[in-house]
Amino acid sequence: MDVAEAVEAVRAGSRLALARLITQVENDTAVGRAALDRLFPFTGRAHLVGITGSPGTGKSSLVNALARELRRPTPAGLERRIAIIAVDPSSPFTGGAVLGDRVRMRDLTGDPGIFIRSMAARGALGGLSAATAAVSQVLDAAGFDVVLIETVGAGQSEVDIARLAHTTLVVESPGMGDDIQAIKAGILEIADILVVNKADRPGVENTERALRTMLELAKNHTAEEAWLPPVLRTVAVQSVGVEELRQMIEAHSEYLHRTGQWQQRDAERLRAELDHLIQATLVERWRSALPSGALDAALTALAQRKISPHQALEELL
Amino acid sequence: MDRKIRVLVAKPGLDGHDRGAKVVARALRDAGMEVIYTGLRQTPEMIAEAALQEDVDAVGLSILSGAHLALTPRVIELLRANGQTDVHVFLGGIIPEEDVPQLLAMGVAAVYGPGTATSKIAEDIRKAVLGE
Repeated sequence: MDVAEAVEAVRAGSRLALARLITQVENDTAVGRAALDRLFPFTGRAHLVGITGSPGTGKSSLVNALARELRRPTPAGLERRIAIIAVDPSSPFTGGAVLGDRVRMRDLTGDPGIFIRSMAARGALGGLSAATAAVSQVLDAAGFDVVLIETVGAGQSEVDIARLAHTTLVVESPGMGDDIQAIKAGILEIADILVVNKADRPGVENTERALRTMLELAKNHTAEEAWLPPVLRTVAVQSVGVEELRQMIEAHSEYLHRTGQWQQRDAERLRAELDHLIQATLVERWRSALPSGALDAALTALAQRKISPHQALEELL
Repeated sequence: MDRKIRVLVAKPGLDGHDRGAKVVARALRDAGMEVIYTGLRQTPEMIAEAALQEDVDAVGLSILSGAHLALTPRVIELLRANGQTDVHVFLGGIIPEEDVPQLLAMGVAAVYGPGTATSKIAEDIRKAVLGE
């Protein structure tokens, strides 16, 4: 694959070139890296929206309904192109995966303004895969206005999405465990917008009340113009509440721009990405410069309690 | 490079029996592949579009309705029209023996009937994709 040609085709809107380049980026090949270098100047435009929450709360259906809503022209007549990244878990034993999010997104096929890509987590634990951020950059540079990123069904610690997305939706649904779950830290703290999906089900008031109570406790009273995460009700499969959700996502984007947080989040994300690259590269360099057998010798000495982990470190670095 | 084989498993046509497709999807997962499962009642257009966006190496079609001679060439035609000339198409389901030569001539890589060992399907796909 010729990098320059691939990048040009992606920028010109070729879906085949885009799909193939995403594969290269996902597999972290030399072509993928070179293409990312060339595409990077065109990134930073798209609104990255994360959708996370427990399994079974209806994330995929909500993404489906939201994408359809976002495809409606704005009052000014603008049409937005929407990309979707749907991440599902990989089997820890075989490395294989069944990626089934498209089953709930069948309404979106046939729309040339929508591009859906399923990704396996490939061993990453934060709810995304290692390449999700890079793939979102490709979609951004390809000119998509909004990139919806659906995480692996997340519990309490899969919070990587908050570092990647500008706006993070946390999806709950009535009857998903007792109300005390709502007070648990982690996943709810990353929410910019809380969505109670399947709101036509019994128990919706309890879920909503628990979420509001939690938010009340967590409220930041010091910040002058803080964003208070709203709690919205939706019934994704009937598109109920989805227009309001779209409006709230737009309000959050406006808030981020108005307060300078858009740039701030961007800078934080880039810093984290650079940090990660530096660490990975330094470890790789150190490993390749290490005399063969040195690591094994140190490990043996460790196991025999002849040296401590810190002494091993001194010897190896 | 971590070469993951990506396979789209799809059920074109109107019959509502997706057990076979799910069993195959699971078996391919257990063989280390990434399987994109799209569910029931897919049109050839939907299948080709998903195959394109997902940049799959192979497409597995499950057809039990008897419409394989109509649906299969349409899927292959659309894949090729999209530029996915290198995607291998596999077919499973209730396919009469006498239709198999015609399907292979259309460009289907292999046809699997009931009772096929899923390990054979996984092995065939791996060989076809990796060019072994």
